[in-house]
Formats: sequence, structure tokens, C-alpha cells
Amino acid sequence: MSTVVERFDEKARRAFERVGRTEVYIGELFRHPVYTRFLHWMVALFFFLALFSGFGIYLPWLFRWFTPIFGGGPLARAMHPWFGVFFVFFFGLQMLNWLKPMAWTKADTNWMRNIKGVVSGEDKLEPPDTGFFNAGQKLQFWEIVIGCVVYLITGIILWAGTRTFGRWPVAISYILHDISAIVMLGGIFIHIYLSTIGEPGTFHSMTRGSVTESWAWTFHPAWYKQVTGRDPRQAYEEALRRKKAEP
Amino acid sequence: MSDRKTLQIKQISGHSGPAPGFDVQRDYEVCKLVDTTTCIGCKACEVACVEWNDMPFSATTFDNTYQTMPETRWNFWNLIKFNEHQNEDGTIQWLMRKDQCMHCADPGCLRACPADGAIVQYANGIVDFQQENCIGCEFCVSGCPYNIPKFNPATKKVYKCTLCSDRVGQGLEPACIKACPTGCLKFGSKDDMKFIAEERSKQLRENFGFEKAGVYDPQSIGGTHVIYVLHDATDPERYGGLPKNPVIPWSYTVWKWLFKPVLGAFAMFGLLGVALHYVTVGPRRPQPEPPKKEDADVYRS
Repeated sequence: MSTVVERFDEKARRAFERVGRTEVYIGELFRHPVYTRFLHWMVALFFFLALFSGFGIYLPWLFRWFTPIFGGGPLARAMHPWFGVFFVFFFGLQMLNWLKPMAWTKADTNWMRNIKGVVSGEDKLEPPDTGFFNAGQKLQFWEIVIGCVVYLITGIILWAGTRTFGRWPVAISYILHDISAIVMLGGIFIHIYLSTIGEPGTFHSMTRGSVTESWAWTFHPAWYKQVTGRDPRQAYEEALRRKKAEP
Repeated sequence: MSDRKTLQIKQISGHSGPAPGFDVQRDYEVCKLVDTTTCIGCKACEVACVEWNDMPFSATTFDNTYQTMPETRWNFWNLIKFNEHQNEDGTIQWLMRKDQCMHCADPGCLRACPADGAIVQYANGIVDFQQENCIGCEFCVSGCPYNIPKFNPATKKVYKCTLCSDRVGQGLEPACIKACPTGCLKFGSKDDMKFIAEERSKQLRENFGFEKAGVYDPQSIGGTHVIYVLHDATDPERYGGLPKNPVIPWSYTVWKWLFKPVLGAFAMFGLLGVALHYVTVGPRRPQPEPPKKEDADVYRS
């Protein structure tokens, strides 16, 4: 099974690399291939379409200004399930693409124990065993996986409606669908914040695919060591010396 | 004051705050009384309903009973449900029940509806759908204990009996009441109809041998504005599936009173949270950062 998935992903990555390209300059590292970036932005697009159309339906007295974007309430309601289907589809591909680097390790458990240092900004450098993804990213990834399963099951029940499933499945799915939305909404605030202004330099990895070396040894030291062979702590200290030597 | 009543709004679906103009004028609750013991199944009310509401011809379905079709449709709001019931002593009863929207005091459809103004409840008890605000999500169908709201796939809107709110607002009785030849259908204030229904039940119990005769006005949904006199009020199910204890799914109450405000707050405070993190703790930059000024950290303990 896993070999089939890997072969499919490998083929898709190669195909996308033939169309697009990732330029990596000196002082930078290659992070996300074209395929990953494409999937990420497709997921993002349909996530926000589903979010805005869904919120217009969910809370009209607060978010009624979302529905005109989709041509009014009835159209927002008609399109919302389709946005959801594409969101789940593209995230499903991303899940297969990322299954391996998202596996939970002992380093992640330790990272979660030290989360206070990360949130408070005390720890300027990530723990040295932080790999390609840190525990926070993995947590969000698996939350979305679970959320997608909930969305899909409850969404189909709500879509087909009472005539197909009866009263109670619809009434319960309603709540589960909303809980999933609340959790994912909280996740998206943190995700967007950290990937843009919260940790500068991160956004470029999802737009053009590369990051600076200093970004890599700061936020993902174990990954830095794996791709460059150099010690992240040593690289950091050398950079610090160079910076201090500057006038 | 004239007997012509404006339709004052009591509740609006998906609406923030109370309905505008609520409680400015006194209005009594209206009620439709259906005496199943005197219904002869002539279906004049079905025809009157289709005529008054100007609905197109609807093909009937013959299923070996005296019922026009299995259940109400988006363009057929009034259906006489027929059931041949065998009593314990072997005798047969033909049970006719006029099935339509019950206009519940606590309407499940209104609670389930997320669209602002798609379902309104008037102060006189009529629950009415406003199709121009309906988004076609069909959640009202799951909120209704009586399987009444019906979806029209062509217009993507839900329709049901209006209790002829257009007629009642002008001081007239609903069309079905006007058409009834036996007097089995009556219309008036809820108090009056309840009184007549109780009197009739008493008559049935004392003079006609229907010892279990009674009134159907389920309190689990705060009572209804369509009430029945039944030969056997202990088993309303036999009258074409009339639920004994109709309920609104608890999840709609949780959803409306807990999740909606919580999510609204969450959406705003989540955004506020990350914004506050940025302006207080600040971002984490790739290290090393440019050297800091000597006195930049003075306020840090």
C-alpha cells in the first residue's frame, strides 16, 4: 500500500517539476517542491471558499456580508458542499504526500513539553532535534485529517438531508460539522500568523519553495543537519561571529 | 378595534435580537380544530387548499387506500391521511386525519433554520415560511416532528401550509375550514377551540362509548395551533403516524444557544489572540538577528 502511494506521489512530484520550477540561491535551501505548493494553495483556496460560504449560512446575523460574494444565500448553500468536496480531495492528496514527514516521533513529544518557551518567545532557537516539521505543525496536520473525516461524513449526511438519513443523523451532524469548523478556524489563525508575520521567512517556502539557511537552522535544526550535513548550532554561532565582526 | 388583524411577528429564524415590533399590540392565538370523529374523508379541504393557494395540478398516487398520495408535497399542503384500524374486538374503524402543518408554539423548523427571516412565527401562532429568504438547506425538515416542510428541487425552496395567513390577516378563516361540509373543521381562538374540543371529547366518552377519546395538543412542543379530537387519544400513532410525544432534536437547542455565540466569540478572540501575541511577545525571527541596541531591553525584568 505505502509503496503504491509513494510511487504515485513521486510521479506527481516529477510531473509538476517539469511544469514549474523552484530556484534555490546561495544561502538558501530547497524546502517545498512545486507539487506540494500547488496542493497547499488548492487546499487553501477551497478552505476559504468553504469557510466563507459556510459562515454566511452558519451565522447570518454576524457574517451575512460573506454571502453576497457567492451570489446570495441560496447559491452559497448550493456551492458550499462542492467547495468542501474539493477541499477534502486536495487535502487528501496532500495527506498522502506528507504522510511520512508528519509521523509523530519522540522529539515531538519533547517539543510539546517545551511549548511554553516557543509561545513566550524565550527560546530563540528550536530544540536541536526538530525535523522537517515541528510538533505544532504535525498537530495541526492531524487535526485537519480528523476534521476532514468529520466534515466528509457529516457533510454527506447534511447534503443528502433528512429525506435520505432521517431527522436525528442530520440534527447531530449539524453540531459535529460546526465543532470541526470551530477547531479548524482556531488552527487557521495560528497557521496564518506563524507562516507570515509570526515567523518571518516562512511564507517564501510555500510561494517559491526555498528558505534561507538561517531560517532552517533556527526553526528546523535537525532538518538543516540532514540536508547540509553541517551542525546547526555551529552554523548559527559562526553567523553570529560574522555579524558581530561587521562594523 | 376591528377584527382585522395585522400579522405581528413573534419570532424570526436566524435573527439577532427580538423581532421588530414584537408585543406592541395584543393579539389572541388562533387555532384550527380538526374533529377526526366527524371527518368523512371527502377531501374538499384538499381541493380548497390547492385552489386558494393557486397551486398546480399534482398527480395523485393510488396505493389501495382512500388517501390521495402517501404524504404532503411542496405544492400539496393538506392531505387526509387514511388508516383502516382493527379494534381488539375485531371491529374495523376508518380513521381519517387531516394532515398539515401543526403550527407548533415552539416550532422545530424555526429553531433549525439558519437563514435570517426565512421562517417567522406570528403573535397569533401561525408559523410561516418566507421563501424569498430561504436558502434551501432543508434543515427545517429535520427540525419538524411531523415531516411537513417539503423541498421543491426546481426552486430550491421549502414550502408548507401557511394556515392561510393571507386570509387570517384579513379576518377570514382558512380555505380548508370554509370548504368543510360536516363542521369537522373549526377555526377560532385557541381558548375557544380547546374548549369545544374538550366538550366534544367528553361527549364522545360519555355518550358514544369512546372511553379513550381526547384532545391532541402536545405539550412537549408547547402545544400546537392545529388540534385534533381523537377517538383514542392514548394512541395518536394509528392516525397516519401522529407522534405521541413530538420533540425537537436537542442538538438544535445546543447549536442555537451555545455554539453560535461561542463560535462568534471564538472567531473574534482567535484573531485578537494572534494579534496580541504579535504586539506583545512579538515574532520569532531567524537567528542571529541584527545586534540589539544596548538599552532596548530596559523594561524587561
